[in-house]
Amino acid sequence: MKKIMISALLTSLLAACASDPVKNSTDAAPVSDGSASSAQSARTAGTQSDPLNDPNSPLAKRSVYYPLDVYVVQDADRPTIAAHANYLAGNPNRAVRVEGNADERGSNEYNLALGQRRADGVKKLLEAGGAKSDQVETISYGEEKPAATGHDESAWAQNRRSDLNYNAR
Amino acid sequence: MKQLFRYCLILALCAAWPARAALNIEIIGAGANQIPIALVPLAGEPELAKSIRDVVAADLTRSGLFRVVDPAGKTPHEPREVTYSDWIGVDALAIGSVDTQTAGRVTIRFRLLDTAKQVELVGQGISTNSDQSRAAAHRMADLIFEKLTGDPGVFSTRIAYVNRQGKNFRLVVADSDGYGEQTVLSSNEPIMSPAWSPDGSHLAYVSFEHGQAEVVVQSLLTNQRKVVASFRGSNSAPAWSPDGKQLAVVLSRDGGSQIYLIRPDGSGLQRLSFSSLIDTEPSFSPDGQSILFTSDRGGAPQIYRMSISGGNAQRLTFGGGQHFSPRYSPDGKSFVFTHLENGRFHIAVQDFDSGQMQLLTDGGWNKKPSFAPNGKIILFATESDGRGILATVSSDGRIKQKMFPQAGDIREPTWGSLLK
Repeated sequence: MKKIMISALLTSLLAACASDPVKNSTDAAPVSDGSASSAQSARTAGTQSDPLNDPNSPLAKRSVYYPLDVYVVQDADRPTIAAHANYLAGNPNRAVRVEGNADERGSNEYNLALGQRRADGVKKLLEAGGAKSDQVETISYGEEKPAATGHDESAWAQNRRSDLNYNAR
Repeated sequence: MKQLFRYCLILALCAAWPARAALNIEIIGAGANQIPIALVPLAGEPELAKSIRDVVAADLTRSGLFRVVDPAGKTPHEPREVTYSDWIGVDALAIGSVDTQTAGRVTIRFRLLDTAKQVELVGQGISTNSDQSRAAAHRMADLIFEKLTGDPGVFSTRIAYVNRQGKNFRLVVADSDGYGEQTVLSSNEPIMSPAWSPDGSHLAYVSFEHGQAEVVVQSLLTNQRKVVASFRGSNSAPAWSPDGKQLAVVLSRDGGSQIYLIRPDGSGLQRLSFSSLIDTEPSFSPDGQSILFTSDRGGAPQIYRMSISGGNAQRLTFGGGQHFSPRYSPDGKSFVFTHLENGRFHIAVQDFDSGQMQLLTDGGWNKKPSFAPNGKIILFATESDGRGILATVSSDGRIKQKMFPQAGDIREPTWGSLLK
């Protein structure tokens, strides 16, 4: 009886102290593409439009995903990275920031390191495909900016990810 | 009686302090060999007296070393009013008064009595500004703790943590029971891994405000900030050396995530680990000669120890599961860490001599443990209803406490040092 009363009290206190659990951490601040550099790259590529902006180009895919505790780019994603490497090789004035992420299992610091290794792995492949080292910056957000929240595999799978961000610099 | 204690003691402190209602506190567990103590409500303004008693009771209970006994309506305030035969069941008795006569000041005068020997153990006056009566109560709890256990009390110390609300991250300093939050830094980019300087004057932490993870040191006195490590890639996991003259940090600039030493002014960079894999979460031993860290060099994250002068690292955690976030105990004889098995995080402690791991909590979302400066209580982050909250466990694992913040998602707590 006492227990029930206490838990009822606790529940009401919790309800009284509850707050918004909304955690939307998708970064919604797109920096506009420098028009000068777009024009320049179009000249370099000898085409009218930047293939980066073509939704049907393989370059439209800007994220690669990983199994748990893995930081090697998966075979299925290698053509995507190869396309970006090819683009960077043909557009030496363009630069990309590779942003590594991890799911929330593990410690925050371990996950930061894991995300960094994922990003660095993408950078190596980009360089192998012809990108110059100074065209590719890598950072990690670890588990700090999850694309999906929730303690389940469907959320975790979306968060084990490297993003190629052409708007960061 | 024991069952009653086993189940809980809920202190609805929100009600007692409407102006600073930050948390609800829930304490669960029963310890062996606890010191039974009665805290008689102080004479003086009843609501204030009750509040002070509640803070002292929560502090002592949280340590796991005390059993706070109901004074059952008896209200002596002076030694001459004490009938010792009334207090057979308790070892000690705290009595006294709280005085609000001086405008803007609160003065607690209390005595701690040994009920067996019928002598006074401590008699002390504590005076604070009236908006700091909680601080006075923590000081009273420290004095009682010190007198009856022989160890320093830690209730007047401070803790730091990150409070995330939506996209906003705040680096926060609070009292050891989670009250009195003060925001040190507010940012719309992540903040991670706060670490107290040994003298409590500075916090080192990781900030993403310039895009990548950087190590920042901030003075709590002047709020002046200094970016200590901002090399390409990630800069993270700061840990102060015991003399405060160096930081161990983790940098990815040379490949992998590796441990380096750097001075708090950003000079004197020196590489310590050479695995080219993930070596992170350094923690200095109290003598400054060794570092514990997390590494995946064995294929999965485990805890290792290396000498500050280099040489091979020794693996310390084995068996099933993964292990993270090691922190030395203040006496250097054991370390606390996170044990992850079957998707559940436990707080665990391991003795260096025996190599035996002891789980201090059930499995759940328990992360980032750190010792109180007297080694008796461990602070960590846990989760309740999908929100990160603070929790403590006594170092014997018997007494657990959860603290429920009103808002936000608490991450990365760390206990500050003992201030003289």
